[in-house]
Amino acid sequence: MTLSYCLLLAAALFCVGIYGLLARRQVVAILLSVELMANAANIVFIAFGHFRGGPTGQVFTVFSLALTVAEVVVGLALVLLLYRRHGDTQVRLASEMKG
Amino acid sequence: MEALAFGIAAGCALLSALTVVRSRDLVHAVLWLGVTLFATAVLYAMLGASFVAGVQVLLYVGGVVTLMIFGVMMTRRHDGATAKLEDPASARAAAVALSLFVAVAWAVLTTDGLDPVTPAPMPPVISAADLGRALLHEHVLAFEVVSMLLLATMVGAIVIARRRDPGAEVPRTLDRSAATVPAAEAAE
Repeated sequence: MTLSYCLLLAAALFCVGIYGLLARRQVVAILLSVELMANAANIVFIAFGHFRGGPTGQVFTVFSLALTVAEVVVGLALVLLLYRRHGDTQVRLASEMKG
Repeated sequence: MEALAFGIAAGCALLSALTVVRSRDLVHAVLWLGVTLFATAVLYAMLGASFVAGVQVLLYVGGVVTLMIFGVMMTRRHDGATAKLEDPASARAAAVALSLFVAVAWAVLTTDGLDPVTPAPMPPVISAADLGRALLHEHVLAFEVVSMLLLATMVGAIVIARRRDPGAEVPRTLDRSAATVPAAEAAE
């Protein structure tokens, strides 16, 4: 287990998240993909913190966890609002403010 | 031994992440996300971040997954919450993701000095006490800002997801009480 293996794993998880973000049409599924990407970023923080020493990587991860949870809460509230207004959670329904 | 454990945890995380983005049933996707996050917590524990691993399990596998399941259940249509994957968009997304991965992997593999040739001295274990000291001494301003953010999130989520304006609610209750009073009188 070396730093570059951890970075490669994080890159792979991030790209899986990118794939889900682009291929999915449901807002909840897109939120799940964003979670995956944030998780990959946290792995990078922890890995650098471990292999380069110091608690700063873990501190960053704690903050990042709090930020992601906040994002999920607001995101789900928006999904609920979208569902209430349109009866579905397809992401194209949220384009009504466009142009 | 450690490499084997790392391989198992990484494989679990990757396979379940792929299932998250490919699964047609959103509830299954959320549950597989829980598996991914748990495997990540195992990785954190192996990387000397035991406190963060515990937080990950409590906050994510316990909290976020539950919240997501609530979100899926409350927005589920009667014909089930299956999410179609459109093939053209899916192929394009796969191309983008794959090329990004190749780029990042090439960057990681060609960077010198990531893995020192001579094995580094064992890094010191960072305990929860060390982490708390770092949080409340060096990073105390960021800590307070994050707590303000959580408060704002709570208020914002309530405001966004509230059913309707309380201002629109008042006249209706007034009407209803006004309508029920004559009915009660008529009953007498």
